[in-house]
Amino acid sequence: MMPPEDPWPEGPQQPEERWLDEHAGPMVRPYVMTSGRIEPTRGEFDLITLVVALAPETASEVGLGPEHLAITRLCQSVMSVAEITGHLDLPVATVRVLLGDLLDKGLITLQEPEPEADMHDIRLYKAVIDGLRAL
Amino acid sequence: MVSGPSNERRLPTAVKIVIAGGFGVGKTTMVGTVSETAPLRTEEILTDQSVGVDDVSGVERKQTTTVAMDFGRITMRDEYVLYLFGTPGQERFWFMWDEVSLGALGAVVLADTRRLSECFPSVDYFERRGTPFIVAVNCFEGARRFDLEEIQQALNLGPNVPVMLCDARRLDSCKEVLVNMVLHAMKVRGLPSAEPQNA
Repeated sequence: MMPPEDPWPEGPQQPEERWLDEHAGPMVRPYVMTSGRIEPTRGEFDLITLVVALAPETASEVGLGPEHLAITRLCQSVMSVAEITGHLDLPVATVRVLLGDLLDKGLITLQEPEPEADMHDIRLYKAVIDGLRAL
Repeated sequence: MVSGPSNERRLPTAVKIVIAGGFGVGKTTMVGTVSETAPLRTEEILTDQSVGVDDVSGVERKQTTTVAMDFGRITMRDEYVLYLFGTPGQERFWFMWDEVSLGALGAVVLADTRRLSECFPSVDYFERRGTPFIVAVNCFEGARRFDLEEIQQALNLGPNVPVMLCDARRLDSCKEVLVNMVLHAMKVRGLPSAEPQNA
């Protein structure tokens, strides 16, 4: 399955034109959700950073939008950043900003993946092999 | 281990394996075959920042470029969760490759003997990056069966890079590929293998 074709056929646009103009179309909405922010306040949020909500899903708080609440709903069970973007159909950059907000408010907790330098834990490999064989 | 007063849930650690290869070679099929849920898709929007670093010639006038990656999940007992990421088909999206390869256990380069050259960029990429990888030849109907040695030579692979045949639609075949990849990654990283690895 391929993503839908670009709905914005090439127009007579100038090369120096900025991204976020009226031609950008669908690009605008993800950034509206983040109030225009493109970097999270903190946290790096690797695609496989695991996230779990610390608050029950009904929790509502000032400053949180529907997308924030959708994330806390999803993260009632452990979910990776990639899965959150897939389920909510939002770009990764947008989800990272929203997660930064939730982290600031203490509504989620994270488990960062192993850095590359720590890839020498033999238990990890054995668990993966066992897990694959059990499929 | 410190047993602090924290009552936070202990989260598993996530690990990932990259499934690479040319367009239409069966990456998403393989991800879907082994994933415990239907494969999901994650999207990145190309920003000015990435445009500056990457060669996106040909897309510079397309204002809303997104790059998609399909991925799947396998839960391994309570301690680990494995994610499988299919890299975007077009090699020009290197920044996505960098992101997904960083910290990966290793990679599987899927190849199609009818278009073997399409996996060259993936092989080059993981060789340069030092990511442990194996080559799995997806056996499509109607494709000529190649000798594994022929493929090894055609791809100019080092003698230590395992090459195997597979069928991305079959679970037992995908399992075999992934287990071999993990065993190979252990070997590359100098970890003692618990079992004899078939050459």
